[in-house]
Amino acid sequence: MPFFVYTTVFLVIPTIVVVVAAFVSEGRPTLGNVRALGNANFLTAMRQSIILSAATALIGAVVGAILAYAVSTARPDGILKRFVTSLCGVLAQFGGVALAFAFIASFGAQGMISAWLKKAGMAPSSTLWLYEWNKGVLLVYLYFQIPLMLIVFLPAVEGLRPQWREATETLGGTTWTYWRRVAMPILFPSFVGATLLLFTNAFSAYATAAALVSQAQPLVPLQIAGTFTSETVLGQANIGKAMALAMVVVVAIVMAIYTWLDKRSSKWLVR
Amino acid sequence: MTVASPNAARGVAVELIGLRRTYGTVNALDSFDLHLAPGEFVALLGPSGCGKTTALRCLAGLEDPDAGRITIGGRDVTALPTNKRDLGMVFQAYSLFPHMTARQNVEFGLEMRRQDKATRAKRAGDMLDLVGLSTQADRYAHQMSGGQQQRVALARALAISPQVLLLDEPLSALDAKVRTQLRDEIRRIQLEVGTTTLFVTHDQEEALAVADRVGVMRAGKLEQLAAPLELYARPASAFVADFIGLTNRLRGRATGDRAEILGGSVPLLPGSGSGDVEVLIRPEHIDVTPDADGNASVLSASFLGAHGRVTATTDAGEQVLVQVPSASLPDFSPGQRVRLTPRGDAALAVAL
Ligand SMILES: Nc1ncnc2c1ncn2[C@@H]1O[C@H](COP(=O)(O)OP(=O)(O)OP(=O)(O)O)[C@@H](O)[C@H]1O
Ligand SMILES: [Mg+2]
Repeated sequence: MPFFVYTTVFLVIPTIVVVVAAFVSEGRPTLGNVRALGNANFLTAMRQSIILSAATALIGAVVGAILAYAVSTARPDGILKRFVTSLCGVLAQFGGVALAFAFIASFGAQGMISAWLKKAGMAPSSTLWLYEWNKGVLLVYLYFQIPLMLIVFLPAVEGLRPQWREATETLGGTTWTYWRRVAMPILFPSFVGATLLLFTNAFSAYATAAALVSQAQPLVPLQIAGTFTSETVLGQANIGKAMALAMVVVVAIVMAIYTWLDKRSSKWLVR
Repeated sequence: MTVASPNAARGVAVELIGLRRTYGTVNALDSFDLHLAPGEFVALLGPSGCGKTTALRCLAGLEDPDAGRITIGGRDVTALPTNKRDLGMVFQAYSLFPHMTARQNVEFGLEMRRQDKATRAKRAGDMLDLVGLSTQADRYAHQMSGGQQQRVALARALAISPQVLLLDEPLSALDAKVRTQLRDEIRRIQLEVGTTTLFVTHDQEEALAVADRVGVMRAGKLEQLAAPLELYARPASAFVADFIGLTNRLRGRATGDRAEILGGSVPLLPGSGSGDVEVLIRPEHIDVTPDADGNASVLSASFLGAHGRVTATTDAGEQVLVQVPSASLPDFSPGQRVRLTPRGDAALAVAL
């Protein structure tokens, strides 16, 4: 029941607001907002948002999963493990923005490291890469994607029982057999779930991108924000809601894929 | 040596020789020796932390001994990795692969041995039959009870026709009724397949009920290895006498091969001390009769089902447990004077 209330307040109502607003302009129903999504600018932003989210989700998932495994082999009550998990908790929440500023402070045109490099006569021709969505932004996104993966995937890795490895060995299997036939299939549903979570996490991230990118609006969340702050054209806010609807649709598709994969890959799970 | 299995010829001998394993300052195994005859079912028994699991895991190759040798069927396997040792192992719990059905679990080891599909299916079917689970073949672990899961684990371990079967407290996560049922079944199956078996448990009843011989361990060493009856009737040390069954410790005097206790005389087992001793005597090796001029008074009398137990205090102030037939329980009430006399069964005496 509390869960039901929670989802209603925080999920269902906002979604309804977005959906309704997407089809309303100046109090009247219209398809204009949605039609406005057809412009090249938005389509480019959508494509780039999806590519950025998918890329950082995949890289983050693989690297994060490997780190999660490394952490899981550390002593369970050891200081290293507690340190890493709490650090990751912070990074996953705030890593992006903090890092964006750290990056600008180091590699930006006036940045410290840039200044040293300049003194050493090795100044890069441009520091603009830092602000590009598929370079600097992508790199900075990984700084919260990898920790997030570590946190959400660690419980799954720790759920692997030592008996499974030992049973594999007594039955004649090798370490490789264990990973291929036992550990990976068992982890697969969690891995996919976590990867899709990372995708939506990156897809909806705004603060980090906003901190790095000031002029252009290469990503959908930036464009949406732009429509709300735009002073030039009235009624832009409703187009923003149409864009939000487009985002909801993408996330819904991702969830559908997840549900389908989950059903196929984990009929053995306890429910 | 008693070898009960008619199929023992199929089994191989196993030897653990002078095994030592230390964890930091703890000697989990300390010059530990254990020999299993072909086809024999040996249970390792002992208090928690005495090294039972460590011994079994060393034999499995899951733990490396610091010193000592292990042979299976005469072959030295000390340096061989687990997956080359040809063992079947049943763990305490939760060892089934959760993403595979019972059948797939049982087939796993056969797949590792590159057997073709038809052979695998046939063998898995036979094994599930053997443990009485052919109707559950397509279930996942979480769809089965703890007892059923352990049956599947047993079928999986035996499917590969291992040279040695290892069981580490396979029944301890089950409730009492399933436990006795499954333990008898494990024994039945072991006799049927004739595999040399090492069974670790801390439940003495379990060990005594199923094993050809029981090894009692203490602090990393094998204290005594003997058939259940022998272990009970002729314990080699006070530790074994105390650990197996109930024992009274009564002060007495030993001369030659007899000792005086409770105004009577009992023959002593080999290895007994002399002079002032404590005699370790079983509750069923003492007689109790109502007697106003007796040597003890009843503290309590309790009904335990098949038999009863009288607790009495001797005039010397020692507390004694005596087993009596349930029918004679009404003869005893607290405060009543009784006479306790040893029946004359051999007992162990330890010097004070
Ligand atoms: N991996 C380990 N690290 C440190 N100490 C260990 C380890 N494994 C076992 N020990 C120690 O070695 C001793 C023997 O342990 P073992 O598990 O063999 O006992 P056990 O007889 O099986 O006990 P139980 O009946 O509780 O299962 C214990 O004192 C235990 O604390
Ligand atoms: Mg143990």
